Amino acid sequence: MQTDDIILSVEGLRVSFGRGRIAVDALRDVSFTLARGRTLALVGESGSGKSVTSLALMGLLPPSGQVRAGRLAFRGRDGKVTDLARLDGAGFRKLRGPGISMIFQEPMSSLNPLFTIGDQIGEMLLLHEHLSGAERRRRVIEMLELVEIPGAAKRIDAYPHELSGGMRQRVMIAMGLVCHPALLIADEPTTALDVTIQAQILDLMRRLQKDLGMSILFITHDMGVVAEMADDVAVMYAGAVVEQAGVMELFDDTRHPYTQGLLSSIPREGRGRADRLVPIPGSVPSPFALPPGCAFSPRCPHARDACRLPVALDEKAPGHLSACIFDMPGAA
Amino acid sequence: MTQPLLQVRNLTKHFHTPSGTVHAVEDVSFDIQRGSITGVVGESGSGKTTLGRALLRLIEPSAGSVHFDGTDITALPSARMRDMRQRMQIIFQDPMSSLNPRLKVGDLIAEGLRAYGIGTRSQRRDRVAALLEEVGLSADHMDRYPHAFSGGQRQRIGIARALALEPEFIVADESVSALDVSIQAQVLNLLLDLRERRNLTMLFIAHDLSVVNYLCDQVAVMYLGRLMEFGPSEAIHRDPAHPYTRALNSAIPQPDPRAARNRQPLRGDIPSPLSPPSGCVFRTRCDHAIPACAETVPPACPVGPEHDSYCIRTEDLNAHHIAGHHS
Repeated sequence: MQTDDIILSVEGLRVSFGRGRIAVDALRDVSFTLARGRTLALVGESGSGKSVTSLALMGLLPPSGQVRAGRLAFRGRDGKVTDLARLDGAGFRKLRGPGISMIFQEPMSSLNPLFTIGDQIGEMLLLHEHLSGAERRRRVIEMLELVEIPGAAKRIDAYPHELSGGMRQRVMIAMGLVCHPALLIADEPTTALDVTIQAQILDLMRRLQKDLGMSILFITHDMGVVAEMADDVAVMYAGAVVEQAGVMELFDDTRHPYTQGLLSSIPREGRGRADRLVPIPGSVPSPFALPPGCAFSPRCPHARDACRLPVALDEKAPGHLSACIFDMPGAA
Repeated sequence: MTQPLLQVRNLTKHFHTPSGTVHAVEDVSFDIQRGSITGVVGESGSGKTTLGRALLRLIEPSAGSVHFDGTDITALPSARMRDMRQRMQIIFQDPMSSLNPRLKVGDLIAEGLRAYGIGTRSQRRDRVAALLEEVGLSADHMDRYPHAFSGGQRQRIGIARALALEPEFIVADESVSALDVSIQAQVLNLLLDLRERRNLTMLFIAHDLSVVNYLCDQVAVMYLGRLMEFGPSEAIHRDPAHPYTRALNSAIPQPDPRAARNRQPLRGDIPSPLSPPSGCVFRTRCDHAIPACAETVPPACPVGPEHDSYCIRTEDLNAHHIAGHHS
């Protein structure tokens, strides 16, 4: 892969919360790359650090959170590379919108109930583009039509509470896309929606990506959504990426025992009760009490003494990285 | 066939609110055989949670009846209902908000035993120890508080609590929905083990059709308070008859990147339960709707053994089923 095809390269990202003796690493070692025009799914269960990763990329970590190490190289539409780990508040304000934008899981809590949806989408344009009021309104209606909100010219004056959950998520997407970002971060955008509405939103996002040529970092816990949306996948566990590969490769030739366990835990088509699920034993360790070496080793069926030593992501096959000292091709 | 443990007939629940009457559950009928697991699936507003609670009379049904082991519990005076409740229990979705944080786990599990005056203090302690082991925790967990446990462990505590009175019937309301998949699989397998060991009968309420298909013998599909389809889990999954069940099935993202993405995406949103559409409540989003769908509420139309679809076009849409069934 050519390096100028990489829109985002995260290397060795470490983020900690708190100070001194009560400091804890939420992210220990996160590395992945996202190629231009593609969708990378960042998958993991609660506490894996996927949302902290997205907040670090947006410069939205809470004051108690700090980037301790790592390089977050983002290449904008103009080809200029910025290290997000070194960007200040003013730099991020310029970048958010036209560079990177983000949509969240809960549209109701990320939309302001006191302003119309037109005002809120238009605000992005107010900050980043110099347009007349009429031009702005026209652009907003265009965006609402793009995200398939029926009766856009009328709905532009609606308040968030007047819309259904699915429609609010469409408004969030319109807000995220109005400045034509090079990279869209979508943090569990369909998790709060019913499946039939989720299907509508996923179809919409796929179409928009093709039409607008943007790259997407899609954060989810749902392997079904991963299979449907992703070109590439990075799997996170306890604050680190443990496996990255193309989506076909990841499902066909799963290398890391955690990813294997995740896949064998999901009830799936054509699989009845006679064929029992194989859960991962135990639960995710607390970030305050991580085991030495591989963080997954206490739950891993293949763990041996050697797993107590530090382990890094390693290329096991072309483009397929896994952080396991053993090579476990296709055991899922 | 033996008498079903539970016979639900025309069960209806309306809530009267300042903005009008919410038709939460409307005219729902089905049977549950002893030792079986029945799934109830539906999206938000389908009435599945209200159905589960109305079955136990945790909320009073507006109309209809529920026969439990031959007794019409909707007609029982409250003292007799209290006795009956020992035999029917519920497990909630969020174990953190349903477990009192100030009580130790042992006291939480023994609460029902104490309320019904069962056993001496030390007998209750032994029972709690055995229950903790049965759900995969350990006896010395009884002296800890709920906050010391992970989400999956708390759900196990909720299950132990529901089992304490040795019920025959358990309603599990979205009991695995809040759990991560690796933990969800542990709890699903525990429920299957318990059913085998104790011959439990369960009503499992969920929005996730693939989880229901894994766990359940039969499935009730609900939409806007009404049954759309009821049948064996296998048939509902592989060969659904109702257009809504088909749409629900095809909307689930499959964990297989090669799976064909041939969806029939549903248009629009679920209408308000304050003013459900006339006739078939699903018709406003259905690709197969015809004018007649607005006129009558579809009756049960048999499509296979113990398998009904509530659609007036069942015959046109499932020609192969009907032929097979009648021959």
